[in-house]
Amino acid sequence: MAEQKKTVKFIIERQDSPTSKPYTQEFEIPYRPALNVVASLMEIQKNPVTTDGKKVAPVVWECNCLEKVCGACMMVINGRARQACCALIDELEQPIRLQPARTFPVIRDLLIDRSVMFESLKRVQAWVEVDGSWEVKDAPIQNPYTATTAYEISHCMTCGCCLEACPNVGPQSDFIGASPSVQAYLFNLHPLGKFDKEKRLEALMGKGGITSCGNSQNCVEVCPKNIKLTTYLAQLNRDVNKQALKNIFNK
Amino acid sequence: MAKNKIIVVGGGLSGLMATLKICEAGGEVDLFSYCPVKRSHSLCAQGGINACMDTKGEHDSIYEHFDDTVYGGDFLADQLAVKGMVEAAPKLIKMFDRMGVPFTRTPEGVLDLRNFGGQKNKRTCFAGSTTGQQLLYALDEQVRRWEVKGGVTKYEFWEFVKIFKDKNGVCRGIIAQSMNSMEIKAFKADVVILATGGPGQVFGRCTASTICNGSAVSAVYQQGAKIANPEFIQIHPTAIPGSDKNRLMSEACRGEGGRVWVYRDGKPWYFLEDMYPAYGNLVPRDVASRAIFKVCVHMDLGINHDRRVYLDLSHIPADYLERKLGGIIEIYTEFVGKDPRKVPMEIFPSVHYSMGGIYVDRKHFTNIPGLMASGECDHQYHGANRLGANSLLSAAYSGTVSGPEAMKWAKENVSKLCEITDAEIEAARKEVQDEYDKIRQMNGPENAHKLHQEMGEIMYEYVSIERDNNGLDICLGKLKEILKRWENIGVTDHGNWANQEAMFVRQLRNMIIYAMAITKSARSRDESRGAHAKIMLDENGKRIEKDGELQFYPRNDEKFMFTSVVSFDAATEEPVVTYEEFEHSLIKARPRNYAVAKKE
Repeated sequence: MAEQKKTVKFIIERQDSPTSKPYTQEFEIPYRPALNVVASLMEIQKNPVTTDGKKVAPVVWECNCLEKVCGACMMVINGRARQACCALIDELEQPIRLQPARTFPVIRDLLIDRSVMFESLKRVQAWVEVDGSWEVKDAPIQNPYTATTAYEISHCMTCGCCLEACPNVGPQSDFIGASPSVQAYLFNLHPLGKFDKEKRLEALMGKGGITSCGNSQNCVEVCPKNIKLTTYLAQLNRDVNKQALKNIFNK
Repeated sequence: MAKNKIIVVGGGLSGLMATLKICEAGGEVDLFSYCPVKRSHSLCAQGGINACMDTKGEHDSIYEHFDDTVYGGDFLADQLAVKGMVEAAPKLIKMFDRMGVPFTRTPEGVLDLRNFGGQKNKRTCFAGSTTGQQLLYALDEQVRRWEVKGGVTKYEFWEFVKIFKDKNGVCRGIIAQSMNSMEIKAFKADVVILATGGPGQVFGRCTASTICNGSAVSAVYQQGAKIANPEFIQIHPTAIPGSDKNRLMSEACRGEGGRVWVYRDGKPWYFLEDMYPAYGNLVPRDVASRAIFKVCVHMDLGINHDRRVYLDLSHIPADYLERKLGGIIEIYTEFVGKDPRKVPMEIFPSVHYSMGGIYVDRKHFTNIPGLMASGECDHQYHGANRLGANSLLSAAYSGTVSGPEAMKWAKENVSKLCEITDAEIEAARKEVQDEYDKIRQMNGPENAHKLHQEMGEIMYEYVSIERDNNGLDICLGKLKEILKRWENIGVTDHGNWANQEAMFVRQLRNMIIYAMAITKSARSRDESRGAHAKIMLDENGKRIEKDGELQFYPRNDEKFMFTSVVSFDAATEEPVVTYEEFEHSLIKARPRNYAVAKKE
C-alpha cells in the first residue's frame, strides 16, 4: 500500500475589506521538512484552492525578509502573536490557525495597518537631534555596557507583537504600547540623545503614556527579539515619576 | 519661491540618505515605498560597513581600501567613483555614530573593527551581526524627524509603476499605485531618484527579501534607461539553503575566525586555506563561492554528497560569538534547529547581490534627464565583484551624492523645462490603468507564482556560479518562452482592493525582461572576470577540460575591460549590448590572485 502523503492543514481567518465580515477557509498543502508559515502561504498562492475544492483568491499577507529582521509578517498563529517566517510547521499543532492581529485595523485577510506604531515613534521623539548629516566632529565615546543595552533595544522591529498581546492596547485603553515607549528609553541612553530626555519623558506622561501600562508582562513574553521590555518599562516609569515630581517643584 | 520637489522611490539606506540630504538642502521629498521604509531590505545586511578608521594599529589607509575595492572588483569599477566613496567612508561612520547606531565597541568605548573578505586590515565597523538593521533604523529615525518638520511626505504601500516624460524626453514624475485602494495616480517632481534595490527575486531563491524583484529598474529600462554590467551577480558563499529563501550567514563568521571545510579521505579539509594560503577563508566572495561549488559539484566532496559544506565556529568561545555574531547565530538556531556554538553550520552559496544596475554617471544621473538611480539598483562602485561590507557603504554614500546632485540639477534646470500638460500626464496614467485592468481580467491556465519559480530555476541553472555559452543560449530561448507564457496567466483575484496577485503579475513581466538583460549581457562577455566565470567550449559545444579541470576563459582586458551597457529594443523586447569606456587610470589593472599576498 502506498504511504499516505504527509500534508499540513490550515484554517485561515479571512476578511475581504476593512469593513466586511471575517470568515474562515481551510487549506491543505504538501508537507516538506523545515516548512514555515510564510512558505506555506506561498504554496497556497501557487494553488489557491480550499480543501473543499473551491478556487479562491490567494491569501493576502505582508512579508519581506523571511529571517525575522523586518517585522512585516507578524500575525496570530494558533492564538499567539508572532512572526510567520520563523513559525516552523514541525513545532505547531495542526490544524494551524492563522488570524490577523486585530489590535490593528485589518486591511485584508492577514494584512493589517500598523501605522499607529510609527505615529507613536513621532510622539516619543525616537531619534537623536543631530544638527545635520554633515561632518561635525568626532562622535562621543560611549560606555560599552550602556551601548550593549542600547543594541538590545535597537533590535525592535516595530512588528507589533507586544501591542497585540497587551491587554491595555486597544479600544478599551489608549496605551501606545511597550515597543514605542521603550524606544524613548533607548534614546535617553545615548550621549547626545539624552539632551532631550525630558521631552521624551513628558511625552510619556500624558494620555496613553506609561501610566496606561498595566504591568501584565505579556509583552516580554511575546517579543520575538527577547527585549527585556518590562525591565525597561519599569525604569522608564521611575524616570517619568521623577520628572513629574521635578515639574511640580519647578512650577 | 516654491521648494524643489524630488521624488525618491525606495526607502532603504540609499533612498533615506538621499532624502535627508535633499531636506537639508531645502527641498521637499515625496518618498515612495512598497513597505514601511523601516522594513526595507537594507536591514538584512549583517556583517558591517567598511571605512578606514585605522584604530587597530595596522596602519590602514584610505588608499588601501581604494585598492582592495578596485582589485576585489577585478578592475571593472569606475575608479574615481570608488575613490570618492572610500574617502567619505570614515565621515559617514561618525555621522551614523552621532545618530545613535549602537556599533559594537571596544572596552574603552570606541568603535570596534573586524576583518572581512578581500581585505588584510581590520576595516569593518559593525553592530553585532545586524549592522544593516541598525544603520537603516538610524536613517529611518532621522527621516521621521523630517516628516514631523514637514520636509518629507511618505507614500508607504505605494508601488512605483513607471516614470512619465515630457515631449523632450525629460522625466517629470512617476505613476504609482496604492497597494490597498489600488488607486493609480500621477505624481510630478523636478527630479526622480530610484533607490529600489537589487533584482534577487529574478533568481527565485536567493538571500534577498521578497520585495527585491528589480521590477522598477526593469520598468525604466523599458522606458529607455540603460542598464550596465547586469551579468555581474554576486553569489554569496555562505547561506543556509531553504525552500522559501536562502538565509545569509554573514561573512563576519569567517571574519571572526570561522573556517570552511569538508571531509576528504576521512579528515577535515580546509580547502579555502589550502587553495588560497594568503587570504584563506577570507578570499572575496566570487572566489569562495566558486571553490565551494567546485568541491561539491565537480569533486563530489559535499556533506553526504549533497551541495553543502561546513562553516565552523564551534572552536570559538561561546561568549565571544554571542557578542560579535549573536544575531545570525539566532537565525541559524531558529531556522535549522542546531546550535552553531556547538556544531559546524551547513551552508552553500546563494545569489545575493547585483553589482550591475541602472547605468549612471558619477553623479548618479541616468541617460534619461531628470531620472537618477542610487544604491544597489545603480551599477556603480563594485565592478565585477563587491567586497563584503562595501554594500552598506555604497548604499549610504550614493545617497549623499544623488540627493544633493538632484537638488543642484533641479535648481539649474527646472525653469528651462518645457510645459507638460495635465492631458499628457493623464495619458501616461491611463496607460498604466489600462494595463492593470487588463491584468486583473487575465484568465489563462498559467499561475504567476509557478511561472516565477520556473524562471528562477532556469536563471540559477544557467546564469549563476559557472556559465557557458550553450547554457546562456538555452536560457535566453527559455526566457522568451516564459515571456510568451506570461500572456497566458490566469488570476483568481479579480477584485480591486489590496490585490497582491495582480501587482505580482505586473512585476513578473518586468522580472522576465530584466532576466533577459542579465543573460544576454553574460552571453556577450567572452571572458571570466569577478563574479562572471565562463567555461570554454570546444567546436562541438562540449566543456573543455584539461587534467580533469574545467577550462575557464581568462580575463581579457583588451576586449572586455569595458562597462557592458544594455538598452531595450522596444520592437523586439530584447536587450542590445554595447560596451563603454570607464575611468580606470588611477590603479593599473593587474592579475588578481588571492593565493598570494596582494601586490600594488
